[in-house]
Amino acid sequence: MKPIIILTPLIAFSLVGSLHARGLNELINHYATLAKTQDALFDGFDAGRGKSLYMTKFLDGKKDTPSCTTCHTNDPTQAGETRAGKTIEPMAASTSPERYQSLKKTEKWFRRNCKSVLGRECTVTEKGDFLTYMKNS
Amino acid sequence: MRVLNVLWYTIFSMNVFADNGYIEPVTDQIAKEECNACHFAFPAMMLPQASWKKILENLENHFGEDASLDSQTRQTIGEYLLSRSGDAGSTPSKFILGLDNGNPPIRITETEYWIKKHLHISEEKLQSRLAGLKANCAVCHLRAVNGIYRYE
Repeated sequence: MKPIIILTPLIAFSLVGSLHARGLNELINHYATLAKTQDALFDGFDAGRGKSLYMTKFLDGKKDTPSCTTCHTNDPTQAGETRAGKTIEPMAASTSPERYQSLKKTEKWFRRNCKSVLGRECTVTEKGDFLTYMKNS
Repeated sequence: MRVLNVLWYTIFSMNVFADNGYIEPVTDQIAKEECNACHFAFPAMMLPQASWKKILENLENHFGEDASLDSQTRQTIGEYLLSRSGDAGSTPSKFILGLDNGNPPIRITETEYWIKKHLHISEEKLQSRLAGLKANCAVCHLRAVNGIYRYE
């Protein structure tokens, strides 16, 4: 009886964990498929480029939000704060495994935040790089 | 003595409560979720219809950020906010008094009523991080989320 009691939550937990990981992987795969249709030479996403995108201070966006780090801090495993004083759960998949479950939601925030920070929509490659960086963070 | 204290406290808190009143928090689930994703979900009655319209028409430049929504979500939230706005009912809310409908404010902190109610609080304190740049009612009004704005 005892092993069942101990194992059941463990199995359930690992199932939930893998579901979450699957959510982010599915999103990355979605953008990879799009990238391939746009560019036959697409060579995969890159966490390093994603990190650079996350850290860069842009000049063409809205002046109050020059960079992702403005609200999300320099460390994606840390909680951030909106300009209106509300806590933002960390962006890193390791610390916020419940994120990245919905393509619609992901697209909504890319649309808004890329326009706020970069002054334009992000490219498919930028989105994939960003998510890959978050997956590895 | 204790009885007297309790009596005074009761009368005092009743007065404060009567003065501050109850301000219905955002009840619509979609409005609550969307607004609250970035900031305290400000009650609809704190602004008139004209203000909410002005805000909803410019979500792409929402206080320095792009807060655009798909048209269906925006419409749902708009209908809710307008139906509960400060001038929607037969009795206007205190926030509406003295506002120029030709030039409606987009910040609640620009309404005469808000300014009057916060005169006793120093600008330094209001601008501090503790007060969340005046944008986070719940930092000082601990039960604002339930519609109670007594100073705590």
